[in-house]
Amino acid sequence: MRQTRSKNIGIIIYILLLLTPVYWLLNMSFKTNREILGGLTFWPKNFTLDNYVVIFTDPSWYNGYLNSMAYVSINVVITLLVALPAAYAFSRYKFAGDKHLFFWLLSNRMAPPAVFLLPFFQLYSSIGLFDTYIAVALAHCLFNVPLAVWILEGFMKGVPREYDEMAYIDGYSFPKFFIKVFLPMIRSGIGVTAFFAFMFSWVELLLARTLTSVDAQPIGAIMTRTIGASGIDWGLLAAAGVLTIIPGVLVIWFVRNHVAKGFALGRV
Amino acid sequence: MNKISDNRAWWLVLPVFLLVAFSALIPLMTVVNYSVQDIFGPGQAFFVGTEWFKSILADQRLQDSLIRQFVFSGFVLLIQIPLGIGVALMMPKSGIKGSLCLILIAIPLLIPWNVVGTIWQIFARGDIGLFGWGINQLGIDYNYTGDTLDAWLTVLLMDVWHWTPLVALLCYSGLRAIPEAFYQAAEIDRASKWAVFRYIQLPRLKSVLIIAVLLRFMDSFMIYIEPFVLTGGGPGSSTTFLSQTLTTMAIGQFDLGRAAAFSLIYFLIVLLISWLFFTAITQADKEK
Repeated sequence: MRQTRSKNIGIIIYILLLLTPVYWLLNMSFKTNREILGGLTFWPKNFTLDNYVVIFTDPSWYNGYLNSMAYVSINVVITLLVALPAAYAFSRYKFAGDKHLFFWLLSNRMAPPAVFLLPFFQLYSSIGLFDTYIAVALAHCLFNVPLAVWILEGFMKGVPREYDEMAYIDGYSFPKFFIKVFLPMIRSGIGVTAFFAFMFSWVELLLARTLTSVDAQPIGAIMTRTIGASGIDWGLLAAAGVLTIIPGVLVIWFVRNHVAKGFALGRV
Repeated sequence: MNKISDNRAWWLVLPVFLLVAFSALIPLMTVVNYSVQDIFGPGQAFFVGTEWFKSILADQRLQDSLIRQFVFSGFVLLIQIPLGIGVALMMPKSGIKGSLCLILIAIPLLIPWNVVGTIWQIFARGDIGLFGWGINQLGIDYNYTGDTLDAWLTVLLMDVWHWTPLVALLCYSGLRAIPEAFYQAAEIDRASKWAVFRYIQLPRLKSVLIIAVLLRFMDSFMIYIEPFVLTGGGPGSSTTFLSQTLTTMAIGQFDLGRAAAFSLIYFLIVLLISWLFFTAITQADKEK
């Protein structure tokens, strides 16, 4: 009994330490700039929502969130559509070059984005996709698709092949079997994969910023506007930061029961 | 599971292949093309062969940033892996408390990387940040924008804060997969806590730990945005890691040939080390 208590205390301390920086951001987002620079206060003395009002009323601010949401959603859809059949192939069949292909896919997850910045810029400019949602969504597929294939393959391996064979005996065609029988069986895996695709696309900024200029600019790039000639608008910056955390927390709540397995890429 | 040999499976993989080839092979070819040329402007490019590679490998600045990168990644792994295991061991096993812990611990992972930089930029400042202020109150002179060591430690601390949750969640899922019977058997044998950890939990965590090390190595080796926002690579070049050196070269100085050659060397290093890890993972999968 004493052991669980010391464990509980340990985990509580860890979580408190983990949340302190986030609390500080939240704290700051409710302050005026005068209070922030005037001295250190542990909670807002003059509680204000002005920073949030600015973000929600100025289109150039809230469009940043909408842009990020747009390319992230497109990316999640594309990632799932192409990764599902591929993961099925990897989990069920041996085919020429399968191991090499798998490693090649993963190697793209390992490529430093900085390496691809310039070529990406030129590639998407030359085909006229520069500054569109689809450009960022496609670029993010570079690291999301390999990861999705890896996670889904892990989940699919857990479904015995007898199910596939049974469905064929019952007269299901492959597409019908895949959509009606197989996908429902791995829906937790799909949910987790969608979460990961969402997460990595949401947090990535380097490529998103390079491939956009005005129309599709992500919120992360817009945040740099708070750094003006008269110094940094700390309150606004903090409020914008707080708002970027919320979508992720909402999304993880839906997959909370399966996310642990997903973090292990379906490998346990 | 025994897999069936069937080359028609390629049809299922084809969309992924085409998509990734489009966003990987074409840019990679461009990089290779640049790396063997000296480019002054449109239409003014000269073939220089392996000159860039030779000059990169001999470049002092790049060697320095490579060494900094390895030291950084080394510390990242040394701190985050044991800490992550420890946190995972402490997490409640199930129920609403378990879910809540899971989500709270995952929060740093869901924050855009530039915001992570921003959070620490604010948090570690001596005048308006709780952390910087606290350290200064303790009587330690701390200033991450001025002092080299402070800056380096702040970047490391930020990375620990940001990514230890990933290791913890990986290990947590690994621990959940251990059958209860193992623990019961250990209890009958009156195994000590340490023995349970050493002979039951740790071996069972092997596969997730390999993934954790792989992901942490790759990502810490590619770190860019967070130190860029936090310190801008300074003071001096104490926190300028490889990605940043590369980006400065390619976009700041528009030195395409050098940057491309550098990219390729960088990519090959990551690829080589990752390949070693990957082989280890597939090996571990086979043993199971």
